[in-house]
Amino acid sequence: MESSFFQIQGVNKTFGGLKALNEVNLNVEEGTVHAIIGPNGAGKSTLLNCCIGKLIPDTGTVTFKGENVVGKTAYQINQIGIARVFQTPEIFPELSLIENVMIPAFARRDGNFKLNWFKSLMQEDTIYKEATDILENFGLKDQMMHHAGNMSRGDKRRLELAMSLIQHPKLLLLDEPTAGMARHDTNKTIDTLKKIKESGMTKIIIEHDMHVVFSLADKISVLAQGAIIAEGTPDEIKGNPVVQEAYLGGADDE
Amino acid sequence: MDTIIIQLLNGLDKGGAYALIALGLTLVFGTLGVVNFAHGALFMLGAFCAVSMHQLLTISKSVKDESIKFFDAFKEQPYLEIWWGDTGTAIIDYSVPISILLAIPLMLAIGIAMERGLIRHFYRRTHAEQILVTFGLAIVLQEIIRHFYGANPIPTPAPATFSGSAPVGSLVGLGENVVYPWWRLIYLGFSLSIIGAVFAFLKYTTFGLVVRAGMADRDMVGLLGINIERRFTIVFGIATIVAGLAGVMYAPILPPDYHMGMDFLVLSFVVVVVGGMGSLEGAVFAGFLLGILQSFAAMNEVKSILPGIDQIIIYLVAVIVLLVKPRGLMGKKGVFED
Amino acid sequence: MKNEKILKSNNIPLYMVIFSVVVLTMPLWLEPIGAAYPDLLQKFAIFGIFAVGFNILFGLTGYLSFGHATFLGVGSYTAVWSFKLLTMNVLPAIIFSMVLAGIFALLIGYISLRRSGIYFSILTLAFAQMSYNLAYSVLTPITNGETGLQLSKNDPRVVDGLFVEVGQGIPSTNLFGLEMSGYQGFYFCAVLLIIAFYISLKIFNSPFGLNLRAIKSNQTRMSYTGYNTKPYLLAAFVISGMFAGLAGGLLAVTDPLAGAERMQWTASGEVVLMTILGGVGTLLGPLLGVGIIKYLENIFSSIGVKELGDFFSFVPDSMHAFVVDFSSLFVGEGWHLTLGLLFMIIVIFLPGGIMQGFDKIKNLMSKKDKE
Repeated sequence: MESSFFQIQGVNKTFGGLKALNEVNLNVEEGTVHAIIGPNGAGKSTLLNCCIGKLIPDTGTVTFKGENVVGKTAYQINQIGIARVFQTPEIFPELSLIENVMIPAFARRDGNFKLNWFKSLMQEDTIYKEATDILENFGLKDQMMHHAGNMSRGDKRRLELAMSLIQHPKLLLLDEPTAGMARHDTNKTIDTLKKIKESGMTKIIIEHDMHVVFSLADKISVLAQGAIIAEGTPDEIKGNPVVQEAYLGGADDE
Repeated sequence: MDTIIIQLLNGLDKGGAYALIALGLTLVFGTLGVVNFAHGALFMLGAFCAVSMHQLLTISKSVKDESIKFFDAFKEQPYLEIWWGDTGTAIIDYSVPISILLAIPLMLAIGIAMERGLIRHFYRRTHAEQILVTFGLAIVLQEIIRHFYGANPIPTPAPATFSGSAPVGSLVGLGENVVYPWWRLIYLGFSLSIIGAVFAFLKYTTFGLVVRAGMADRDMVGLLGINIERRFTIVFGIATIVAGLAGVMYAPILPPDYHMGMDFLVLSFVVVVVGGMGSLEGAVFAGFLLGILQSFAAMNEVKSILPGIDQIIIYLVAVIVLLVKPRGLMGKKGVFED
Repeated sequence: MKNEKILKSNNIPLYMVIFSVVVLTMPLWLEPIGAAYPDLLQKFAIFGIFAVGFNILFGLTGYLSFGHATFLGVGSYTAVWSFKLLTMNVLPAIIFSMVLAGIFALLIGYISLRRSGIYFSILTLAFAQMSYNLAYSVLTPITNGETGLQLSKNDPRVVDGLFVEVGQGIPSTNLFGLEMSGYQGFYFCAVLLIIAFYISLKIFNSPFGLNLRAIKSNQTRMSYTGYNTKPYLLAAFVISGMFAGLAGGLLAVTDPLAGAERMQWTASGEVVLMTILGGVGTLLGPLLGVGIIKYLENIFSSIGVKELGDFFSFVPDSMHAFVVDFSSLFVGEGWHLTLGLLFMIIVIFLPGGIMQGFDKIKNLMSKKDKE
């Protein structure tokens, strides 16, 4: 099999006797949106954590453009172009929105460490403009001087998405980007995600909301009890009886 | 061989003090989640209980000294001796053990006041703020003591019976040279029994069970029922008494002065960290371990090879342990990891 | 709120001009409160540098070091040695102070920063205690133990020996002939304070400073954002250690002796206190804290029972003795008690320090305006 854009091969992860991931294989083609669905506790978040250096798989490899990322630190993985949006918003609550967005922009420009301690933030015109633009796109610009910690949960999640997008990652991992959002916010987020889909950014998305999954994904993998049980286009998945039984038909509510 | 035994014993009594203070610190960390920088001051207050009791019992009046015939000489004689004769003398002699009776209710009262008045309001604040406010309190307590007792160490004698040395060597058949002050031996026994009592209390009472459950899992603390506030107060009170008693009995070994609390606090913190935050066994083990290491580092043979090692051994061990075993020797996962 | 200001404060030159004028005219405007004599003014400036540096670490990253007095002590010892061996000129002395303190900070920081939170505090505390104990014991040849390191007539002073003839007695510290005592000493320290403040202002306003604040806010997120946080923290630690070294060097410049007590952990506690009192993480807060504490220390510790008796002469005789006795708890040697109380009150009621108090008052005012 030729090496694709992003590839998970034979990944196993055990937590104290409990098998969380069992021989997971996944291929993500460049420019596609790949959704991972599955019931609670199926190991979806564990799988993402293995991709970004939060967890180290027991066996198996995770390769990004032919480079193994297992064993790399979180910041190294980010620097090679993989960004992650978390299930619970991970932002900088004490900082203002504009600062929240500028920080990842600096990381993209300056690398993992730069002692640029004598340049004023005011002179960072390019980054500042980029940051205000992206906040405007997300409808957050009028709050840009407010503390991020004071925002609504939905706004925090969209801010986090903005923080990831400003880095122009080659691969974006989204962990339930619409969980806990009101329908109105969900639709806004879907619109945003569709917009970036057109830009050709590769995405892996974990989602419960089937409406979101079917409106975004090019390809879907179904994870149950730590193993991939089905894979295919949205239409194939909709018609797959195994999936119906394991997931779609089952009583799965959060 | 003899020197080694003596150094071991020397380390044990100091280790006993470290262990007692660290035990209280850990109890408070583990259940209340508070980093108490004033804990050393409680040890100091305990030592001053002994000082005060001794001063109280020896309140004297001037009486004519009958032994001097040539002129009218006066000497200070304690009221107790005037009233009760030899019984009075004996009571004065035993002032340090007697002050335990004073220390228990007094330290409990201080502990409750401290927890209700200050510590309680800092459960939800950051560790940095807890450290800072209790650091302030420690300064206040030690300055109050200095105001009333002065800056110089105050010698506080142990009962005369125990002032000599125990022939430990001949007792266990190791030679006459191995002798060891009785009082230090008593201190060792005392600290071991307090440690035993605290562990027994935690192990065999329902209250203790709840406390241990809370220490094992901080999230559990919230589930401990409606009386949680009272339980916290009691735990803090116990920690206060333990520190206080450690101080009372230590007074004859080290003449108390106002800043002894700070000196012991820093060491005890290191002990707690080495033992593993939140682990009671770890605190006790590390207390004795560091006491012994310190005493061996003070041997001339060791000092001649590594000059100055006696001054830094404890901190050096702490640094190494923290780097190699970040959770301490017996630390559990998830305790005080930000 | 703080952050908005930081991003908007694009008028650094104006800010610096005002700051410099305020600092340099201190001898004038501190006159009315009796604080305008050189000794105290020097202390304001020197501890100001110490606190401004400490604030770069604690204020921006939230890492609470209990060992910064070590760098102060290292700075003092280095400066005195420079006076003894090389020259009484203060420039090499303070440069060496900063360099050596920086090296110490690099070593201690490198190890301590492998842990965070309270473990970091304990590690720095352990290093500080080690340095303090060693300075008192085996390092006596370098530190002169309890007596403290002093200048003597027989010091070599090789550089000075080349240019000037050895005079009688111990020469005084100077900047190319300008003696560093009294007001001249103050102005020298004040200029350095202004430079130190400028650097701190630049750091606060830079992407580097922003990243430090982000580390304080959410360190995990920083790693997932692509930052290696360790070098950022280490850089902040070393910078603040060098500021402390400079302050230590200046202490030796204005009074050329160095003792180990300068390295005790309670001395580290003092700088924490000054920073907290003024407002940790704010630009001016630490300086306010220094001013207030050093000023109060100066006043309170000089008051004795006699002064109290005069002060409370209006109190009826029956109460007089009691009032005097009670208040004597807080003055003279009891100054530390006042300090401890002040500290507790600030942490309990105003954890953001005096600057937070100002903000609160300002908010109240603006609310009233709106009504």
